[in-house]
Amino acid sequence: MQLNANFRRCVAVSALLLLLSLKAFAQNGREPGLSAGFRFAENSGEDLFASVCQGCHMSDGRGASGAGAYPSLAADRNLEASGYPVEVVVNGRRAMPPFGAMMSDDQVAAVVNYLRTHFDNAYQDSVTAEDVKLVRR
Amino acid sequence: MGQQGQMQSEPAPVSRRDLLSLIGAVSGSAAMYHAMTSLGFASDSAYKGPIRLEGDPKGASVLILGAGLAGMTAALELSRAGYNVQMLEFNSRAGGRNWTLRGGDSFTELGGDSQTCQFEPGLYINPGPWRIPYHHRAVLDYCKRLGVALEPFIQLNHNALLHTTRAFDGAPQRIRDIKTDFQGQIAELLAKATQQGQLDEAVSKEDREILMQALRSWGALDGDYAYKANLISADFRGYARAPGGGLDAGPIPGEPIDLADILKSQLWRYLQNFALHNFQSPMFQPVGGMDMIGKAFARQVGNLIRYEAKVTRIQQDDRGVSVTYTDLRAPGEPQQAKADWCICTIPLSILSQLPVDVGARMKAAIDAVPYSASVKIGLQFRRRFWEEDEAIYGGISYTDLPIRQIGYPNTGYNSAGRAVLLGAYLYEGANAYEFTSMPPAERVAKAVEFGATLHPQYPAEFENGVAVAWHRMPFALGCAGIWSDATRAEHYRDICQIDGRIVLAGEHVSYIPAWQEGAILSALDAITRLHERVVKT
Repeated sequence: MQLNANFRRCVAVSALLLLLSLKAFAQNGREPGLSAGFRFAENSGEDLFASVCQGCHMSDGRGASGAGAYPSLAADRNLEASGYPVEVVVNGRRAMPPFGAMMSDDQVAAVVNYLRTHFDNAYQDSVTAEDVKLVRR
Repeated sequence: MGQQGQMQSEPAPVSRRDLLSLIGAVSGSAAMYHAMTSLGFASDSAYKGPIRLEGDPKGASVLILGAGLAGMTAALELSRAGYNVQMLEFNSRAGGRNWTLRGGDSFTELGGDSQTCQFEPGLYINPGPWRIPYHHRAVLDYCKRLGVALEPFIQLNHNALLHTTRAFDGAPQRIRDIKTDFQGQIAELLAKATQQGQLDEAVSKEDREILMQALRSWGALDGDYAYKANLISADFRGYARAPGGGLDAGPIPGEPIDLADILKSQLWRYLQNFALHNFQSPMFQPVGGMDMIGKAFARQVGNLIRYEAKVTRIQQDDRGVSVTYTDLRAPGEPQQAKADWCICTIPLSILSQLPVDVGARMKAAIDAVPYSASVKIGLQFRRRFWEEDEAIYGGISYTDLPIRQIGYPNTGYNSAGRAVLLGAYLYEGANAYEFTSMPPAERVAKAVEFGATLHPQYPAEFENGVAVAWHRMPFALGCAGIWSDATRAEHYRDICQIDGRIVLAGEHVSYIPAWQEGAILSALDAITRLHERVVKT
């Protein structure tokens, strides 16, 4: 498999290492919150990315490759037209699940705006909740 | 003595099978089907028994992509029918999502995190399928034919827990208390309504008497049709002080939980986990781990499998199929595998990314199915505190915490020493994505943290764990295909077609998604139709 060796980290999950890693995690950043229901409770684009998108597109947004691949969102020309990521987040694309039922218009706008201004993306125009409402089917 | 004569003289014992063929001959198959279902045959499973592929395939070759249960079912049956079969598999093992993790097993998820399972020898967790309904007759039949021993899987343990953070001050409740008290108080309400004449229009006068008896029997009501703390309800829900022997041994009934409290707690929601057709008792699991099924198939067809072969392209023309793959053991020049026909069981999460020579309708179907998020976490503890301290032997506790379920081992009961339980089973919903987004060690830590709410013994007894997030599994990229009514209507028939020389199989080509039965039934259907075509041409 063509996995980036930099990300390869052997996680031997013993009780001791578990405590150490938790400590390290607490020091390194915010703990992503956990939602109480079917819908996501996170509101900022950063939190939504870290709790949802990161599952497949990875913490650096560069995706990953196995028998199939999760595309990189870094320096991504597909994000140039803002309607495209809005459509994909709301309605899904191929095997990517639709998140429209799990996120409000504001949440979708927040995560799309976050994506389009991070990971070597620097698109200046932002998406609004109104834009999101339009693509809901 | 002729059969006719015998029947004229006296009613002879007629076997059910004889009766059915008689009905079939006289009244046609619809009547026979009706008779079969009312006699308790046939309605429960789409499996028609061992497949018979009659006719000579004349040396036709089939390339099967994916050595999960669908692929290996097809390989087993087609090679027996005389086909020349070869298989390509991405993993270095057979089985696909039919998978068991034991001590020493290592795996790397997308993103690069590796885990090595540290369970004690003999302990395991099934990160994929873990239970088999009694009506999944195809899976059960292959287990029988391939020598896979089964044991009961406990879906309903009356003494396991139902838990919500939103009621009972967060204290877990026993399933038997919620179930019995809910049922008892509903029976009491119905009895009252019946006595007050409020059901007179719905129930005949004659049936009212029977209904009252039934409610009393079903709901553990007393002579006044009341459900309350007494030895009648205690016979169902258990006791505050259980009956014993000798002095002071008399039982003391417990106090029922108020219906209003049960209603507000929403714990009644979990009762359907014991009622749904797919979860009805008895359920089964293979002795020693679910992968005993995959391993049994691999004993039959393993010699046909080329492992660590990553498919990158699927081409066909009117003469045959050509599949391009990378040999992951020695990456270099792409390799080609050729055959007359192809059965592709690659999950749509992966297949939708590959260049595949199929028609527009098939391609649209391949692209139409999202893949669900699911996370399972296995935890090893020093001792079976759930058995020793709480008398929970197997079964499942349900909670509204993110871990959702705690599945206790359905084997090795009452033994001393370590044991592994399923510490979390998330399926869809926000938490499944949130757990997928965490590093494996944090998923395990969270499972221990949340599980301690139901079982305070967790922190002291926990030793190690493994966490499988299905979207991160390089060979699956998701748990299973999610069909909606709309996508079924638009695409399902298309995805089942034989497109030129290619046909798909797998749980995603079934009405039983995410179940092994769906994978096997789809494979059997695909090879039946493919064989018909091959024998005809």
